[in-house]
Amino acid sequence: MSPEQLAPIRAQFFQECVDLLADLETGLDALEQGDPDPETINTVFRAAHSIKGGAAIFGMGELVQFAHDMENVLDALRGGQIPAGPSTLKPLLRAADVLSDLIAAERDGQPLDLASVAAATAALAALTAPESDALPEPSDDDLDGLTFAPVPVNLDLDGPAQARTWRLRLRPYADLYRKANDPLLLLSELGGLGPLSVQLDTTALPPLDALNPEESYLGWTLELHTAAPEAEIREVFEFVEGDCDLEIAKTPPPESGQETASADIPSAPLDEAPTPRAAPTPSPTIAQPPSIRVNLERVDRLVDLVSELVIGEAALAERVSALPGASNSGATSALDDLRRLTRDLQESVMAIRAQPVRSLLQRMSRLIREVEAITGKSVALTTEGEETEVDRAVIERLTDPLTHMIRNAIDHGIESPAARAAAGKPSEGSIHVVVAHRAGRVVIEVTDDGGGIDRERVHAIAIDRGLISATDLLGDEEIDNLIFEPGFSTTEHASDLSGRGVGMDVVRRSVQALGGRISVTSRRGQGASFSLSLPLTLAVMDGMLVSAGGQCLVVPLTALVESVKPKAGDVRQLGAGVTVMAIRGTPVPLIDLGAALNYGGRPVCPAGPTDGVALLVEDDTGERVALRVDEIIDQRQVVIKSLEANYRPMDGVAAATILGDGRVALIVDVNAIIGGRRARGHDHVRQAAHA
Amino acid sequence: MLDLAPRDPAAENSVELITFRVGDQEFCIDATSVKEIRGWTPATPLPDSPPCVRGVINLRGAVLPIVDLAARLALPPTEPTARHVVIVVWIGRRQVGLLVDAVCDIQTVPRNQLRPAPNLKSEALDGLITALFTAGDRMVALLALDEVLPALSEPTP
Repeated sequence: MSPEQLAPIRAQFFQECVDLLADLETGLDALEQGDPDPETINTVFRAAHSIKGGAAIFGMGELVQFAHDMENVLDALRGGQIPAGPSTLKPLLRAADVLSDLIAAERDGQPLDLASVAAATAALAALTAPESDALPEPSDDDLDGLTFAPVPVNLDLDGPAQARTWRLRLRPYADLYRKANDPLLLLSELGGLGPLSVQLDTTALPPLDALNPEESYLGWTLELHTAAPEAEIREVFEFVEGDCDLEIAKTPPPESGQETASADIPSAPLDEAPTPRAAPTPSPTIAQPPSIRVNLERVDRLVDLVSELVIGEAALAERVSALPGASNSGATSALDDLRRLTRDLQESVMAIRAQPVRSLLQRMSRLIREVEAITGKSVALTTEGEETEVDRAVIERLTDPLTHMIRNAIDHGIESPAARAAAGKPSEGSIHVVVAHRAGRVVIEVTDDGGGIDRERVHAIAIDRGLISATDLLGDEEIDNLIFEPGFSTTEHASDLSGRGVGMDVVRRSVQALGGRISVTSRRGQGASFSLSLPLTLAVMDGMLVSAGGQCLVVPLTALVESVKPKAGDVRQLGAGVTVMAIRGTPVPLIDLGAALNYGGRPVCPAGPTDGVALLVEDDTGERVALRVDEIIDQRQVVIKSLEANYRPMDGVAAATILGDGRVALIVDVNAIIGGRRARGHDHVRQAAHA
Repeated sequence: MLDLAPRDPAAENSVELITFRVGDQEFCIDATSVKEIRGWTPATPLPDSPPCVRGVINLRGAVLPIVDLAARLALPPTEPTARHVVIVVWIGRRQVGLLVDAVCDIQTVPRNQLRPAPNLKSEALDGLITALFTAGDRMVALLALDEVLPALSEPTP
């Protein structure tokens, strides 16, 4: 195949790897918690195996080798040759991280930390080393419960010279062919092990008019006479496991009753035939309903169509209600039914974009292992609510803030083992992450059992950096939340959020950019708890619908502090073109929203400013201004529509939305308006300087 | 109506064009770029936009800009009514609506009848009009869609 043909298959492989790695890690985590279900280890084994198989197709040698090493350890674990304790699982979890790095390296061509690969390979080898010499290739038959002492067991290895006859049934699925496997190659490889007889099974072949040329109907019944052990036969089918029904059985040696055996084969339903090894169909430990992969664009299209439907339905309802006698005609109640259905439909469609936060939390357990290695602290992560579903875009953009919160908790929260011992705490610190739905939002709490926030120090730093004055009286909670203030942290690198030592103000800013809020509570000596709440989806937000400059505009509710009806005494003009308004005694700049957006809105009138409403808004840095609008129309949920998709980004406008009557309303970018006022002010200064 | 230009059997040697009226002038664009044609609905004005951008409308859930071709061609701006027409076109991956007075015709024109536009010595039109062809007794100008919406990616200065 040409590279162009291979590219989509490669892409699919990497996509599958994401799921497989998740299965692998979920399973290993479960094993670490003492999950006794044998299916768990099978799932983990299959995941490693599938990655190896895929990697082999694309000739990713290092990845194949590493996955193979993992597989060996997992096989030994499955066979009970090595215990399922922390001494086994810690290296396995670390190996899963390395495996994920290797995959990323193949996918993105990123440089690889060879030292960590070598270390993980050595750790894996150490796990199997003492046993692997003593035990032959593990077979699935009777090895369970064996200790490492080689006990003579009646197995299929009682003499390499003794050949026996094996009966195999192979029935490929269509997927086997789609992955460019060829049964002929398998059969000829099998023939290399000994004399082979092949019988074609055409029982599943439908009549010609019902035949789907892309489906797989044929199977084979094989008789192989060989001295090779079962493992060697299985190895032939290594890369098609999961893509075919495969049955391997010894024929009873005394009577090689081939006629009776082969006679009932074709009639037996192949699917129901018991397989000696665990069924290769993916059935992960966590019972998951079947799912399909869907192109995200199609889902987004569906979301768009449904919001159109909602608008269409509203327009129809409005027209019907205007008709004479509408209330008696039954049309109104039919429309009510329709409205309920469209609302259900909208919720269902939004639910398609939702994903459980499990993948996010898994990344955090990996992070903890890394930070543990760097800091020398030992931390146990416990999580709750990993099934909670959130819009995938929110999950993607949560990774950085959550990463930093957890890093921060280990770096600054959890004390050194010595200090913990002195405080009478267990030497291993704990971080508890809870994800839950609350009041239409998703809430994430990160709680550590470290030293908590040192209020005296925070207070001193805040005074030192000029954030508060020494005479300010602050409550405990206010002091704690000073850590989110811009300028509190000493570091300046705001871009690399996941890097070390970035200020919490960056975390707060990125959370607020998602329409969220973050706060902290702390108890000295007992730990701190960060709580962050976010909207369930980025596609919908709460907004205040206002009119200004003759237009309908939406002000995001997250930016809105309060709305005030200005009184004459509250507003005054300072110099030319600057107006301030006192809200609860504090003066803030008063900006006419229509004028700020160049809608030709009236300039703010200093004499009679009591018309209209002032909205007190706050940007991400906490700076406040009052926006003058003509009137407040309504508060509602709006669907966010991009302006960039078909046009371009615009200053002062964050996005657009579609109103009930089908018209477009712009969503105000409060940050840009507050920042733009500052920039325009500078322009003024510059112009004055040039004049 | 216009005389149809003779159909060329070799399709690759001809091009299908949609012709429309802006003021009393006739223009055309490549028909394969046209997504749909719809009546005018009021657009939401955008702050700080060039005069030819009338604003944005909602087209089945997508928000797309409307370009007043008259203003873009340096003619007096259109005063749109319900009888005006919006031609929705693809410009790359973007959908853009073109406000015109009326759509006239679809016609197939042999490529060899398209004459490159001369240097028009006009800042507004240079690059916008790529070719001209004669249909009956009229001269129709072919618009380059890429040039219709200027400075697409640059934010407002």
